Amino acid sequence: MRTDDAPAGAAERASDPDARDAVSSQRDVPDARERLSDHESEGAHAVISVRRLAKVYRMGQTSIPALRGVNVEVARGEFVAIMGPSGSGKSTFMNLLGCLDRPTSGEYWLNGREVSRLSADAIADLRNRHIGFVFQGFNLLARATALANVALPLLYAGMPREERERRARRALRIVGLGNRLEHHPQQLSGGQQQRVAIARALVNSPSLLLADEPTGNLDTRTGMDIMAILQRLNGFGLTIVLVTHEADIAAYAQRQISFRDGLVVSDQAVTQQRSATDELQELLARRSADGAGGEPVRIREEQA
Amino acid sequence: MTTSRIPTTRATAAPARRAARGAGAGAFASRRGLMLGPSVQSALEALWANRLRSLLTILGVIVGVAAVIAVVTLTQGTSAVLNARVAGLGTNVLTITPGATTTGGARGGAGTRQSLTQADADALTAVPHVANVSPLLSANTQILAGAQNWNTRAQGVYPGFQAIGNWQMAEGTWFSQADEDNAQPVAVLGQTVVDNLFTPTGTDPLGQSILMNGQTYQVVGVLQSKGATGFGNQDDVAYIPFATARARLTNATFVSQIQVQVDATDNVDATQQAVTALLEQRHQIAAGGSDDFTVRSPTQFVQTAQQSAQTLAILLIGIAAISLIVGGIGIMNIMLVSVTERTREIGIRMAIGARRGDIRNQFLIEALTLSAGGGAAGILIGLGGGLALTHAFQLPFVLSVVAIALAVGVSMLVGIVFGFYPAVRASQLDPIVALRTE
Ligand SMILES: Nc1ncnc2c1ncn2[C@@H]1O[C@H](COP(=O)(O)OP(=O)(O)OP(=O)(O)O)[C@@H](O)[C@H]1O
Ligand SMILES: [Mg+2]
Repeated sequence: MRTDDAPAGAAERASDPDARDAVSSQRDVPDARERLSDHESEGAHAVISVRRLAKVYRMGQTSIPALRGVNVEVARGEFVAIMGPSGSGKSTFMNLLGCLDRPTSGEYWLNGREVSRLSADAIADLRNRHIGFVFQGFNLLARATALANVALPLLYAGMPREERERRARRALRIVGLGNRLEHHPQQLSGGQQQRVAIARALVNSPSLLLADEPTGNLDTRTGMDIMAILQRLNGFGLTIVLVTHEADIAAYAQRQISFRDGLVVSDQAVTQQRSATDELQELLARRSADGAGGEPVRIREEQA
Repeated sequence: MTTSRIPTTRATAAPARRAARGAGAGAFASRRGLMLGPSVQSALEALWANRLRSLLTILGVIVGVAAVIAVVTLTQGTSAVLNARVAGLGTNVLTITPGATTTGGARGGAGTRQSLTQADADALTAVPHVANVSPLLSANTQILAGAQNWNTRAQGVYPGFQAIGNWQMAEGTWFSQADEDNAQPVAVLGQTVVDNLFTPTGTDPLGQSILMNGQTYQVVGVLQSKGATGFGNQDDVAYIPFATARARLTNATFVSQIQVQVDATDNVDATQQAVTALLEQRHQIAAGGSDDFTVRSPTQFVQTAQQSAQTLAILLIGIAAISLIVGGIGIMNIMLVSVTERTREIGIRMAIGARRGDIRNQFLIEALTLSAGGGAAGILIGLGGGLALTHAFQLPFVLSVVAIALAVGVSMLVGIVFGFYPAVRASQLDPIVALRTE
């Protein structure tokens, strides 16, 4: 069941012209031009600039240094994979990048703004407009439909209802779930839930997408599917930082940063970036050669 | 092989596109304050998900509000009746009852102590401005007329009581002074008595014989109806001469009460003092001693009744207040449970950009929805109960807008007061800790 999701979604993406157009048509949003200059001025900065970032957890008498002086710059449009052994501080780093937590020391500049100087409300707004989260455990609201889940960030942005739903629908179409709008999370497969979570992360058009082991709870095939979506979004210019344990997954990124004991131990470009979409196609083509089902037909639809 | 990849043109156009998308969100940079509509909707969803629990939680509020509304409806009906009775009584009748007035005007054991006599009543005729005086002897009795029977209140009064009670005749006449002097077995019947004894057989009551306490009386008159009001029906009565009552009905030496009609409304206060002074003298009560009787003017009479109604109302409203507080604590308890249960949800909401204020408002609105729902249910139940009670006591049903507004206000206040702490607690959660909670 899970493994069948992707082609269905891919086919829908192709057959639905609105979905293909979804991202670019957002250009028509009123007063886009007005705000454009704002963003151009930001262009001078990296999306993420972290200097000597440290985080010490205090538990009673003992203190645990989870990060011990991390320096990282991430430019606009990059796709970064963060790797490292368990307990090396990856999640701690992601929480700081996502402004869910405050560092013990060091600086974190997001889009040219030093985050630690901002008020709690300003940080909440920052998370709302500039950051999209994708978690290992999906973290969807069980009571809400896929559409409502995706529309939620827009609610906190104070957007009117019709606009919220229009954008949420489009975000769900982008991840290939245009036909699952009214499903609740428990009515969706793990891969589909993660796609809803990605749609939610996207819906506010963030400048940064943070994903902490987004494929950790998924099988390889569904994980590839998620990576295909992330690569596609990165292709549109979205900056992505992703944590993974798997070298296979990290190979879909452009750059790999390795953590160990709260420090960056290596930071290098991926020489041969893999394409999840291509690999999926090959996989499916091979299966159809073995005579396995009607999926290749759908792929041809997409090509048409 | 690369057919389904994003075309390169798209990729190169991406930065500008992304910028434009960022601007899309920026266009809605100004947040709306409470986001009331969606918050109420999500509150209703959350409460509906635990509907039994929600119902049990608001039971206290329902009971409290229902009690307030029912009591207020009852009290309003009562005072409507009392006010009507003041008008019916005539504003110039003094009522003297045995027993002392306690402080605050509530009657203490009225009627239980025996202190008034016929001689007292006769002596009062000498007081200036007194137009009519009548002692009253009351007894509950059964009347038989042919095969029909009816239980009513028989009252022995002087002929002058017709004027005191402001009674009009429907048929026949009131009994005469001669009837009183000779203790004649005659009776004047109220409309309700006639309706029950004579109307079923279609007999004209005038001149008919009836049996009261095994003795025969002749019906000489039928009273015009005063209409049914609460606290017993004024038309459910049979008047007989005082002397007859004393001789045939009860052998009591003391009278139930004495009523005095003053010649003009302006003289009521002076006459009340004169009557009191005369009775104190007759009963040998020293100045400063406590009277063994009470003289009430019509307004005082009504005030006394209203005061006791108010005392009851205050008592019940006190109970309602306790019920509301208990209900509020129930709401607080459930909201705290709800916050704990939904810690992860709170974390998710914070991660996607909810401010602390948004989280606080969400839970506050949820508590408010609970208590307002309880208030609304309480109002409906209270109105139903009030309707039933006023119907049972034959009181008019008066819809009190003030009471309803008050109930709405109080129940909302309960929600805000008791929902505030859990809501603030929810808003103070650390997003990471909340997200990690299972
Ligand atoms: N809330 C916390 N309180 C105390 N110590 C913590 C807390 N969160 C993390 N740590 C500690 O900080 C260190 C880094 O943890 P972190 O979760 O960042 O690791 P990680 O690289 O994400 O590991 P994994 O790959 O297992 O997810 C660990 O030693 C961990 O025990
Ligand atoms: Mg981790």
